Amino acid sequence: MSGTFPIPTGSLLALGAILFCIGLYGALTKRNLIIVLVSIELMLNAANINLVTFSRLGVAPNISGQVFALFTITVAAAEIAVGLALLLAIFRVRRTTEVQDLDVHKH
Amino acid sequence: MVEYAWLVPLLPLVAYVFLLVLGRRAPEGIVAGVSVVLTFIAFLVSALVFRSVGQNPDLTGPYVFHWLTVGSKSLTVGFEVTHLNALMLVVVSLVSTLVLLFSKGYMHGDDRFPVFYQYLNLFVFSMLALVISPNLLQLYIFWEMVGLCSYLLVGFWYFKPEAALAAKKSFIVTRIGDVGLFVGIILLFLASGSFDYSTIFTAAAAGKLSLGWISGSGLVTLAAILIFVGAVGKSAQFPLHVWLPDAMEGPTPVSALIHAATMVAAGVYLVARCYPLFQLSPAALSTVAWIGGITALLAALIALTQRDIKRVIAYSTISQLGYMMMALGVGAYAYGVFHLMTHAFFKALLFLAAGSVIHAVDTQDLFEMGGLYRKMKLTAWTFLAGALALAGIVPFAGFWSKDDILAAALESGHTVLYAFGLIAAFCTAFYIFRVYFLTFTGEPRDPERYEHAHEGSWVMTLPLVVLAVLATIGGFFNTPWSGYGLERYLFADSPQGSIGVTTPENVGLMALSVVVGLLGIGLAALMYGRRRRIEPEKLARGASFLYQLSYRKFYLDEIYYFVVVATGKAIAAVVDFVDRYIIDGIVRLVGWVVGLVGTGLRYTQTGQVQAYTAVAAFGVLILVAWAMWSIGGVL
Repeated sequence: MSGTFPIPTGSLLALGAILFCIGLYGALTKRNLIIVLVSIELMLNAANINLVTFSRLGVAPNISGQVFALFTITVAAAEIAVGLALLLAIFRVRRTTEVQDLDVHKH
Repeated sequence: MVEYAWLVPLLPLVAYVFLLVLGRRAPEGIVAGVSVVLTFIAFLVSALVFRSVGQNPDLTGPYVFHWLTVGSKSLTVGFEVTHLNALMLVVVSLVSTLVLLFSKGYMHGDDRFPVFYQYLNLFVFSMLALVISPNLLQLYIFWEMVGLCSYLLVGFWYFKPEAALAAKKSFIVTRIGDVGLFVGIILLFLASGSFDYSTIFTAAAAGKLSLGWISGSGLVTLAAILIFVGAVGKSAQFPLHVWLPDAMEGPTPVSALIHAATMVAAGVYLVARCYPLFQLSPAALSTVAWIGGITALLAALIALTQRDIKRVIAYSTISQLGYMMMALGVGAYAYGVFHLMTHAFFKALLFLAAGSVIHAVDTQDLFEMGGLYRKMKLTAWTFLAGALALAGIVPFAGFWSKDDILAAALESGHTVLYAFGLIAAFCTAFYIFRVYFLTFTGEPRDPERYEHAHEGSWVMTLPLVVLAVLATIGGFFNTPWSGYGLERYLFADSPQGSIGVTTPENVGLMALSVVVGLLGIGLAALMYGRRRRIEPEKLARGASFLYQLSYRKFYLDEIYYFVVVATGKAIAAVVDFVDRYIIDGIVRLVGWVVGLVGTGLRYTQTGQVQAYTAVAAFGVLILVAWAMWSIGGVL
């Protein structure tokens, strides 16, 4: 492992946390539904970083963390496909992609 | 025949049920016919019962059936015929028959004619059933039914506010007395374990009545006075007499029924029925005597100045009931019952005659009548017979009974009560002839009303004639010429062969009361007769205070208003405040707070998914923080 400097676990977890918070912030504040979906992807990826980090640098390193991350990426891809399909369906009916306009829960 | 006495109250009940089924649109002829015929049969049955009781006194035992078992006590219902209530049955059913007949003419054309007859029949049934009750509990049930019927009938024209008020007043005032009666009955039940008259009287006579907290004689006095309180309410004695004059708002036949047969007689009957109890307590007896004497005088004084023909007669009823109570109180049992009987005849007569007059001129104000003798000779003559009987002029019915009472009061040493009775007798003669002169003699004061006046049909005049005959000769049942038949009849109830005291005929006293009565009539003639010598108006102005005192009924209604009604209203106002502002205030506060919370929460439901998510994220943060804090650090 010459020439390489191991990145500390804390930094990796902090990166995951920061990414998650940015994603959460975006999901809660952005007005455009597409950006909200992107923000959700950010949060999923923050979780992936945590999975990979613990698979390499955890108390008992093993491969299952990485496998789990792969599954997450697959699921996220499927999810974004469904999400976009829903978004399209909403847009056809409501002619909008603004989150604030979608307030049918109120009624 | 005695075992069929239950038929007597049953027949009016049958009439009542029949009319109920027939409904409100039944033709007047059928309604009145059925009622009169059935009540008349009841009268015939009571006459037979009366006769067979007289012939064979041993037949009179109570006929009872088991009704309820309460704890170890067994309650019974049934009927009992004694000499006293056999007499009452005859008087009540006779007067009721005549009143029912009279009503056919008086109530002709009224929208609720069948309803009126329903109530009348129920009233007669209640009273007759009350009379033959063998125990106090059964008596109390019918006692209340009598009160209910009088409420319904006094308020029969309920669309008149005065009638509705009068009905309420009569019900509430008599209720006050009823509470006393009820407490008395319960006391006797607790002490003797039975409601039956005979059981209670036997136990009381043997001195076996007692409760833990009161001695035997004290208990008898207390129970007797409580029973008398019930009689005071029902028989309109001072101080609970105020309902009876107001009850004049009902149709006149109802007044006749209430005054002569079915309502006020119940109180006197109750005291007479419980007489063995009263005899054991001199205190209770003198209470009865004094209340009776005061009532007799007070009501007679009030009657002097009333303008309403029915009110004058109403106060005369109160006064005469006072005489009966006084008689019972001084120990003259037979004379009290005797006066009850004669009074029933002449008072029913006076009321029906007054009803005939009111029917003819359509007013009750004495000063709008006058000269009616020329239009209504029969009514005038029969009224005169009733008035002479009431005034106690020999040989009319009232003379014999009233004179017996006065003599008994004097003989038994109640000189003051005798004086009260004599003054009342003078006033009685005066006020009833004031009514007679104002109504039937002189010039018509209201020519228009006079023009329309006419005698009623035979259904109205026949009862008048029958009652006039009875008011004339009714007194002879208890004179030397009939061998004091009534006394002997009534005394057969007692194993000793006599109840209370009787007095020998005292010609001096008789002459005195006749002279007093004639003086009263003479004064009335001088003031209101054809050749008037004394101007009533001047006299009223001259003795303004006394006149107002009498005209305003000694301000008793006003005093009751301020003492009882105003106190009640003040308490009600306090309770109302507590209810409205404290109890309701708390309830309203709870509602208001919940509403406020709801209004606040309404703003949180925005429908914005992001806002909900933010809250959820915040909640998760708090949960995580709490979890970390509780495990004490990050790991």
